[in-house]
Amino acid sequence: MMKSLLPQSQLRRSAAAAASAAAARSSGGASGGGGADGVSSDAGAGGRAPATSTFWFLLHALCCLVSLFLGFRFSRLLFFLLFSTTALYSSTSSSSSSAVLRATTTTTTTTTTTTTTTNTFTLSFAAGSNPPPSNPSNHSAALDDAAGHTQSHVVVGRHGIRIRPWPHPDPVEVMRAHRIMERVQEEQRRWYGVKEPRHVLVVTPTYSRAFQALHLTGLLHSLRNVPYPLTWIVVEAGGTTNATASLLARSGLTIVHIPFPDRMPHDWADRHATENRMRLHALRVIRERKMDGVIVFADDSNVHSMELFDEVQKVQWMGAVSVGILAHTGTADQPRLSEEDKQNMPLPVQGPACNSSGQLAGWHTFNSLPFTGKTATVVGEAAPVLPRGLEWAGFVLNSRMLWKEADGKPDWVKDLDAVGENGEEIENPLILLNDASSVEPLGNCGKKILLWWLRVEARADSKFPQGWVIEPPLEVVIPAKRTPWPETTTELSSELVDTKPDQEDRRLSRTNRSSRSRSTTKRKEN
Amino acid sequence: MVGGRVGRGPVSAAALLVAACAFAVLFSSPVGAATAAVEVDGGAAQGNTERISGSAGDVLEDNPVGRLKVFVYDLPSKYNKRIVAKDPRCLNHMFAAEIFMHRFLLSSAVRTLNPEQADWFYAPVYTTCDLTPAGLPLPFKSPRMMRSAIQFLSRKWPYWNRTDGADHFFVVPHDFGACFHYQEEKAIERGILPLLRRATLVQTFGQKNHVCLKEGSITIPPYAPPQKMQAHLIPPDTPRSIFVYFRGLFYDNGNDPEGGYYARGARASLWENFKNNPLFDISTEHPATYYEDMQRSVFCLCPLGWAPWSPRLVEAVVFGCIPVIIADDIVLPFADAIPWDEIGVFVDEEDVPTLDTILTSISIDDILRKQRLLANPSMKQAMFFPQPAQPRDAFHQILNGLARKLPHPESVYIKPGDNRLNWTAGPVADLKRWK
Repeated sequence: MMKSLLPQSQLRRSAAAAASAAAARSSGGASGGGGADGVSSDAGAGGRAPATSTFWFLLHALCCLVSLFLGFRFSRLLFFLLFSTTALYSSTSSSSSSAVLRATTTTTTTTTTTTTTTNTFTLSFAAGSNPPPSNPSNHSAALDDAAGHTQSHVVVGRHGIRIRPWPHPDPVEVMRAHRIMERVQEEQRRWYGVKEPRHVLVVTPTYSRAFQALHLTGLLHSLRNVPYPLTWIVVEAGGTTNATASLLARSGLTIVHIPFPDRMPHDWADRHATENRMRLHALRVIRERKMDGVIVFADDSNVHSMELFDEVQKVQWMGAVSVGILAHTGTADQPRLSEEDKQNMPLPVQGPACNSSGQLAGWHTFNSLPFTGKTATVVGEAAPVLPRGLEWAGFVLNSRMLWKEADGKPDWVKDLDAVGENGEEIENPLILLNDASSVEPLGNCGKKILLWWLRVEARADSKFPQGWVIEPPLEVVIPAKRTPWPETTTELSSELVDTKPDQEDRRLSRTNRSSRSRSTTKRKEN
Repeated sequence: MVGGRVGRGPVSAAALLVAACAFAVLFSSPVGAATAAVEVDGGAAQGNTERISGSAGDVLEDNPVGRLKVFVYDLPSKYNKRIVAKDPRCLNHMFAAEIFMHRFLLSSAVRTLNPEQADWFYAPVYTTCDLTPAGLPLPFKSPRMMRSAIQFLSRKWPYWNRTDGADHFFVVPHDFGACFHYQEEKAIERGILPLLRRATLVQTFGQKNHVCLKEGSITIPPYAPPQKMQAHLIPPDTPRSIFVYFRGLFYDNGNDPEGGYYARGARASLWENFKNNPLFDISTEHPATYYEDMQRSVFCLCPLGWAPWSPRLVEAVVFGCIPVIIADDIVLPFADAIPWDEIGVFVDEEDVPTLDTILTSISIDDILRKQRLLANPSMKQAMFFPQPAQPRDAFHQILNGLARKLPHPESVYIKPGDNRLNWTAGPVADLKRWK
């Protein structure tokens, strides 16, 4: 459908069109056929006697053939140059390029309403690349004296298609456009977005392990993008460590780093319980310090969308959002789910369920039946890790709900001190309520999933460099006699052979061992 | 033909709009005679809309009831009802204003049954309802139909001959108005129907110094279905992330196989220059999310097609997207009531290759101001023909326009010795009887 109007294609197309159009035009007569120059051909053809019409037809056919060859409407040019009644001839000299030929012809016709109309036809034939912009602006303003009607400079008829020589965007302009859009969006947020942004209190339980830096860095970047004032409350199991502290210090956010005395256990069930206690501990701190805002439970391995933070601004007392559950399997061999299991596999979503009038009617929970017996028990095991009933991450609290005294605090909220004292299992925040039906469903009544729950961990004993800094630096000493290449293959093979400690290694080896080599192979000195 | 877009249906105002609460800051307008002054209000509270005031003053919110009286001629149904009954598609296309104006006037408070009291006379003739199977109106019989209607009413009532039609108005929403042709050269050649020489024309076409735009005509927006647009609204805090948006033809291979005629080459120029520009989201597709996308754009292009007007202007105004009007000398709807150059961006056709430079060099304050003006609910209301009619909608703006032309000058009445209408002027084919 898109056709380029470069002259090469114009040659082909107008050739075909010229023949048919020209024939139609010539036989069109006074009322004009489909051609746009019907008006002009009126002036030209109007006064002809029928006897000479064959002559004109033949002439016209000749012009068509010439047009086929040349590639533009030669016949029209000929007609107007030779036969138009009042012709104002103005030719614009061609530009420096010799391949460009331009002729401008102007004719005037008088219509019945005593208004002078001018048609300008511009033909340009460029053998070069892009056709130069042709401006059919009207040179016949001087002709306007009829009826005192101001001449319109808008001309009817065929116009050139203006293409600038460098059609690519200018990077400076692109940047300006982006700045404009940013500013427009800011205004939009100001008019239609949240009127009074509330402080966001993010509660994250964490502990030092191989994947901690991965998870915390991701969460850190998400939180940095939140456009509301934010305080990040990080509870660390096993006491605060320098590694965690330095990671948090680099974030540029307001941090409250709270130590939790117990160490994080190695199996998932206990880990979940410990995390719950850590969160409760954070809530107590919030209560003590009378921190004001919306509490979001952001686990370090979860992924949050920015819309979540926009949505939580709307919470009154306690809200629930839909969480996408990504049950991580870890290894290439997925648990073989039976066909039946696959059929019954529900959507991996946890969150509020609404009835048709938008009221909270129940809860969607993750169906763990297909995974029974195949889940991981120990942290770092290569098996699916499943959430418990309802995850804390799917709930949002108003911190005033936790205060001892707050205006308007509803009576269906239990006092925080009464919770968790007897060592009972604190599965989810609903335990803070007397009546679970007053929870507000957020995110379009739970239809929009605003965050994803995921647990990805390495084995508890997996090694990683402290603070992800290699200290001392690696040293590789290579004997001068030999090129390094055999040594590197030796190094590799020595790692492989690590699993077969009793096998003699007949390959060449280095004289000095690297400080990191743990090979126990007998090495042959050369 | 314009674009090929099919016309659409009605709306309720309230749901569309953010209530205009207060007024924006002082702004002085540099203006020539025809353009507008925006009203200054020291009210100061932060508002996201701004008051609109055109060259005729702050008239968008005027109520025409009580300011004029309109007599509706009871023409035989072959001129109106029977035509619609034969082809009800006429109620949905973009020329449906003529039908809805008639229905509105029949039950309006400005209607008077006593012609002696009337200031204006309205003859309901549906000239744009002869549709091809594809739905495009053919104007070939329209001059004869109009002529036949005028002959009928000049014989039955004396009011036409009293003024030769100077206090009558007609709704002619076709491509080139009362020139009754879709091809511009033919339309110019025909000119406005001679019998309508003295009447007031309410039309969608408007171009300065053009044969088909009479002095004193009222330009109206093309009919757009409010319900359809209403159904596609998205939350207003959805960030506008498209810079320039356009959907439509760039080349009309069917009617203009050579190229260079359609849109005077402006649309083709747009495509060739900006098809690879990431800021310009332009294509010929018909996405299902067309209305939603417009609400996510900062600028919406409204280039001319075969005629300079287009329903895109209405859509852009409704969706708060700043219209970029690329049509030389165009006269926009209700130009005396709405200060279009404060609201839209006008680009000459010859400047299309530098459109990106033009748009990115508009100051951000101007852009925000235009968006505030567009957010004004009166602006959006004035573009619609809702069923049933609502205050400040397009019907009322038309009546306001007619009211502003009152009182009639003495010259409307024909005195002896005056130049009478020539009933045999125009092409011979037009003089044939219609039906």
